[in-house]
Amino acid sequence: MAISQMVGASIKRREDPELVTGTGSFVDDLPQTGLAYMSIVRSPEPHARIVSIETSRAREADGVVAIFTGKDLRAEFQAPMPVTPTFVPDKKAPDQYPIATDKVRYVGEPVAIVLATSKAAAEDAAERVEVRYQPLPPVTDIEKAIETGASLIHEDLGTNLSYDTKFAAGDIEAAFREADIRFKQRLVQQRLIPIAIEGRGVVADYKKFANTLTVWSSTQIPHFVKVFLAVLLGIPESQVRVVAPDVGGGFGSKIRVYPEEFLTALASKRLGRPVKWIEDRNENMRATHHGRSQLWDVEVAAKKDGTLLGVRVTQWLDLGAYCSQFGTFMVIGLLVAQGAYRMKAFDGRGIGVFTNRTPTDAYRGAGRPEATFLIERVMDLLARETGLDPVEVRRKNFIRKEEQPFTALLGLTYDSGDYELTLGKALEMVGYGQLRKEQAEKRKQGTYLGIGLATYIEICGLGPAAATQAASGVSLWGMSVVRLHFTGKATVIIGSSPHGQGHETTMAQVAADVLGLPIQDIDVQHGDTAIGPMGMDTYGSRSMALDGTAVHLSAVKVREKAKKIAAHLLEAAEEDVVYEGGRAFVKGSPSKAITIQEIAVAAFQTNRIPKGMEGGLEATTFFDPTNFVWPFGAHICVVEVDKDTGAVRILRYVAVDDCGIRINPMVVDGQLHGGIAQGIGQALLEEGIYGEDGQLKSGTLLDYLVPTAADLPSFELEATITPSPVNPIGVKGIGEAGTIASSAAVVNAIVDALQPFGVKDIDMPASPEKVWHLMHKNGGKQR
Amino acid sequence: MRRKVSMTINGTQYEHEVEPRLLLVYHIRENAGLTGTHIGCDTSNCGACTVEIDGHSVKSCTVFAVQAEGAQITTIEGLAKGNELHPIQQAFWDEHGLQCGYCTPGMIMAAKQLLERNPNPSEREIRLGIEGNLCRCTGYHNIVKAIQTASKVMATGAGKEAKAPATVS
Repeated sequence: MAISQMVGASIKRREDPELVTGTGSFVDDLPQTGLAYMSIVRSPEPHARIVSIETSRAREADGVVAIFTGKDLRAEFQAPMPVTPTFVPDKKAPDQYPIATDKVRYVGEPVAIVLATSKAAAEDAAERVEVRYQPLPPVTDIEKAIETGASLIHEDLGTNLSYDTKFAAGDIEAAFREADIRFKQRLVQQRLIPIAIEGRGVVADYKKFANTLTVWSSTQIPHFVKVFLAVLLGIPESQVRVVAPDVGGGFGSKIRVYPEEFLTALASKRLGRPVKWIEDRNENMRATHHGRSQLWDVEVAAKKDGTLLGVRVTQWLDLGAYCSQFGTFMVIGLLVAQGAYRMKAFDGRGIGVFTNRTPTDAYRGAGRPEATFLIERVMDLLARETGLDPVEVRRKNFIRKEEQPFTALLGLTYDSGDYELTLGKALEMVGYGQLRKEQAEKRKQGTYLGIGLATYIEICGLGPAAATQAASGVSLWGMSVVRLHFTGKATVIIGSSPHGQGHETTMAQVAADVLGLPIQDIDVQHGDTAIGPMGMDTYGSRSMALDGTAVHLSAVKVREKAKKIAAHLLEAAEEDVVYEGGRAFVKGSPSKAITIQEIAVAAFQTNRIPKGMEGGLEATTFFDPTNFVWPFGAHICVVEVDKDTGAVRILRYVAVDDCGIRINPMVVDGQLHGGIAQGIGQALLEEGIYGEDGQLKSGTLLDYLVPTAADLPSFELEATITPSPVNPIGVKGIGEAGTIASSAAVVNAIVDALQPFGVKDIDMPASPEKVWHLMHKNGGKQR
Repeated sequence: MRRKVSMTINGTQYEHEVEPRLLLVYHIRENAGLTGTHIGCDTSNCGACTVEIDGHSVKSCTVFAVQAEGAQITTIEGLAKGNELHPIQQAFWDEHGLQCGYCTPGMIMAAKQLLERNPNPSEREIRLGIEGNLCRCTGYHNIVKAIQTASKVMATGAGKEAKAPATVS
């Protein structure tokens, strides 16, 4: 008897034995002979003209195979790097090529590549490449970037402004006229550096006579990389294969097609041998895209009973030196800033500017943490203005369960949700009433506790195809192939490409329940463009809602075909055949069953299957849902702030999240833990700091503070389950939820702790220094 | 200029001619071919390259290969006995103490030292003990749980191993 109900079981991951024994296969671990190693000469200047590049000394260095400058390579690129129109199709976006020729625009931009027989030789020679620059004034401030007289980063655009666009609905003027309470706030989303612990890396192997290219890349998007390698390098797509082997974390930082993928491939093409490039951390912090880097100016209209009427907000987005592939995806923050609340009007303006800094693109949550931070800070500020409890203000404005599916002001429809349910449960877990009493007591003793709430909604599971194409120019869907082999074992191929999410386990769980096969009989394959028809890869918490659903649907198709074959073998009518636990039998005669293994054999003995039926037992599905999925939840953070040092300690972190049906609760919780930690990192520690000179000042892990185990608490998690109605397995997404909620919860807790000092806001990261200054600005006196 | 260096890694003797500037981590990965020891930074912050040298857990990017002359080194590949995982490896699997798995070998090596020095650590002691190893996926929650679980398993003697006492060199 096969295992039933794998969905919902916290089974251990099948990925892990290799990884815990050090036998995983990350790009740098792959065996390869005859390699040339690539080192990249990068600009140390944020903004400069390239006057000359002298390579003769470098060419004489030991082990050097070749050196190419931007000018040597430019003619080979048949198109600039891809930029999607995402949300702002009329934006100005300059052409970016994988390597600079005349001008550099950020520190870290590739200028030349050096190929040598070892990594050390390549690096030694790269240091001998002499590049003369004529420096230009760097643009490093979001608002000053578009002031008159600012140095132009892309002269051909005539401006550093990429776009200035509106997303508005309802009568915002009327909302402000009706309001008793009006207030303004600037909220800063500091620049973050993603820091996957494995940096990027590429191995490319071009075969001249066959004109084939195989690339192994530490990427979230092998299918996208394949298409663009083919387009930019002019190799037929059918002759390009991209493999994402084990990938050491992504968090959005490996979501785009990167210059180094083209450069490594092109170097292999020029040299006629395989080429390897492994990013070191110093490069990673400048050459891999950054996240956030936004300013949000908000104005709020509300009534004194706490009813929210309207929000007017401007999002300033720092695109960095170019418009990255999905650089304007972060505008989604405006589209979902309404959160879990009703309001009469929303007036959003998005401004995107260029600066001489590393380009920004998706970082875990991508626009949605910013939106949650905005509306959840607004809720707490409104509580402060009205004197109401933050819980009460939220409850007053919540979209009710009965209003679901709820169409928000800007036209997006939430699929399902019960915000009162998750908040109520979180309050109970944390013991909210008692905690407020304790806070009041401790304040009297000079100990400052803070309690911070964040309730969130999240748009994820990107598709649907039509909506994503309209918004971003990319039609997104899920893909699977489910194939039964002669011996009754199954292969599941998915179009998503995991990098820590555990798809080899969870996708098998989905298939196991439908096919009635034990999970060990199901192998899940991914991350290789040669094995399936196409995939839309992994980002936006989309894998289970799209590819997972596709796995379910393909498995159902296989099961239905198996039933037909079984009916034929049992000489029964198909409607009389029951398929259960991997066995098919005529209703009422379970003892005379035939197994899926027997059916699989018959499927490949085409004389034994019904006339007109094709052999084999396999199905492919492209799944296009009717809507996005909308997880939601409530997080509560409890902090203690030290008045002497300004240090913030997280005492408790409670979260109740609803991501619909949970395929593997252990994996779901794991995603939340990591997500919450990243949001805490933003709230307390992390900041990509640039000087006015355009240099990254926090450009090593000594200066850029990734949270350590000692910085974090254990998390207290619970779930509610509101199945999504937009896919047959009822799943939503969970990859980003933790990050989407947690920075707001932590900052709300800190501001709450500092209430006695008259503090209403603090910029992230809430460093001890900032906290201390806020506590001591009135000589440390309470108000 | 190259120097001869020999050391024992996971019980096997390795002898190579290396450049004096070669870091031990590259020697382990490229010359010994043991790629389980990873590289995650260039400032000795991340701990992905943690190995055991003469009984001490060490970030192998902080040591030149030539400094490890004559050393007894254990890497992640040296922990399991055949198909039997070391209790810490088993606990990381059981408790979902890893996601992408890139920091995991270094984290397990650091945890091993921690439990050898303090077989029954508190949660706070575990958190402080692995502070030198960065993980971006797990928020450390399940790593802490895994080390707690391993501590219990190892205390009952399952998977207990004869470990030479640490010597300071």
